Amino acid sequence: MNENNINTQPAILSIENLSIAYDKDKLAVKNVSATIEKNSITAIMGPSGCGKTTLLRAINRMHELYPNISTTGIIKLSNDNIYEMSTIKLRRKIGMVFQRPNPFPTLSIYDNVVAGYKMNDIHLKRLERDEIVETSLRDVTLWDEVKDSLHKKGTFLSGGQQQRLCIARALAFKPDVILLDEPTSALDPVATAKIEDLLVDLKKQYTIVLVTHNMSQAARISDNSMFMYMGELIEYEDTKTMFTNPKDKRTEGYLTGKFG
Amino acid sequence: MGIVNKHTKINRADIYPDHFGRRKFKNNLFLGTVIFFSLITISFVFLIIGTLVVKGYHQINWAFFTQTPPDTFTAMMAKSSGQLIPGGIINGITGTLYLVAIASLIAIPFGILIGIYLYENSSKRYASFIRDITDVLQGVPSIVVGLIVYLWVVVHITRGYSVLAGSTALAIMMLPLIIRSTEEAMKMIPDTLKEAAIALGTPYYKVVLRVLIPTSFSGIMTGILLAISRIMGETAPLMLTTLGNPAINWNITKPVSAVPLLIWQFYNDPNMVDLIWSSTLFLMGFVLILNLLAKWIAAKRNF
Repeated sequence: MNENNINTQPAILSIENLSIAYDKDKLAVKNVSATIEKNSITAIMGPSGCGKTTLLRAINRMHELYPNISTTGIIKLSNDNIYEMSTIKLRRKIGMVFQRPNPFPTLSIYDNVVAGYKMNDIHLKRLERDEIVETSLRDVTLWDEVKDSLHKKGTFLSGGQQQRLCIARALAFKPDVILLDEPTSALDPVATAKIEDLLVDLKKQYTIVLVTHNMSQAARISDNSMFMYMGELIEYEDTKTMFTNPKDKRTEGYLTGKFG
Repeated sequence: MGIVNKHTKINRADIYPDHFGRRKFKNNLFLGTVIFFSLITISFVFLIIGTLVVKGYHQINWAFFTQTPPDTFTAMMAKSSGQLIPGGIINGITGTLYLVAIASLIAIPFGILIGIYLYENSSKRYASFIRDITDVLQGVPSIVVGLIVYLWVVVHITRGYSVLAGSTALAIMMLPLIIRSTEEAMKMIPDTLKEAAIALGTPYYKVVLRVLIPTSFSGIMTGILLAISRIMGETAPLMLTTLGNPAINWNITKPVSAVPLLIWQFYNDPNMVDLIWSSTLFLMGFVLILNLLAKWIAAKRNF
């Protein structure tokens, strides 16, 4: 019955038997299989060190930056195995937003939004570029706040604005999927609420996968939730079911605050 | 009951009996000592600058920046008739700028590349070997660098004292400073910035070019300016490599003069003593400006 609740939309990502080890015998992610549906928000929850960030980073292969990593299993992005794609192309299709806002300090707000194009020497016509900047900033509800100061440095903005700028930077490539790694953990409640609203808005156009430490955030905005523990995917359900009627004892324990 | 009432008003001196006055005295004594010694330290800088200005300013005029030094006889005649020594140190100024420019051309690309290598591979054995050698190089006395460059460049390449030899010696002295400041500046960049660029599908060499170098630019620039200001006053290695030249020279295989070399020459000629002070004032002023510029750029770090 739970399986029916998930995948009401076509799947965009499917993770098949994914295991990731940092050292030879220490698995950070153990044999995880899951499909992520299109135009949804999927939250990954779990206590510290459970492998949720590693799983998220595996989706656009950012985990490969760590030394001595070994990965088995596959992830498919609409039927293409991402481990056979070039990381450069993959990362343009699957954008990422990090825990702390990290706009490029040497670039203006405008240039930060199109940083992906600039860094890769993809030349855009001026009008095209202006349009990408405006739509991306409108998508993250930042346009009205910064339209008069587009050529100021991105680091002049407040923390919440910077994080929205980082989301806009990820959106500029029109990716299929956006991965967010605890995007609000460094922000105050007002800025957090803004980002949550905007994520709910963005799922109409994009698929969102979100790692969060904050259970109420997962409950507020996600459609489906994963609960991970010690590298295993313990439970993956639609969020309402998981929060009201968790199947596994460990999920229940985590959600009721017994550990984590 | 009566006892309690007596003590309801509590003074600070009751809580910290006896020690308080003594602590305050010790604190002030220490503070005074620190301030006194720091004043002595900075007063040296002001004494140096003050002496140079007082003794050197009257020789600084248009001719000082446009003419070559006079011969010793002309200088003697001028002095004995109570006039200023005619001529200036244009050959030294152009020579110093020329030497520094060629040395920078050699040292900056090498230094930045090696610095990036050390930053990227900080834990590899070869990198820590390079780092140790760099530290050794920084400690090599400048006269030794001059001797080695004499042996290599003066004897075998240019077959005579030359700009190239002098610049090579200065470049070797600049290298360790640029390498270490590049590495340190890059270490200050948060990893999250690199991740941001990589997550945008940027190939790694472009991450280096578009993110690491621009972001650490102020740090690298500060290192370069400090390295330049350090080698500008070097005299010993230049004596063995460029010798000096009474005229302006732009030929890279020929000897050239430099401000510190001229100061040494003036020192050895009793008729030219007045020019020492103005030349030293010029050199000091230049180095001071470079240092202030470096400080200003360092303060503009943008993350």
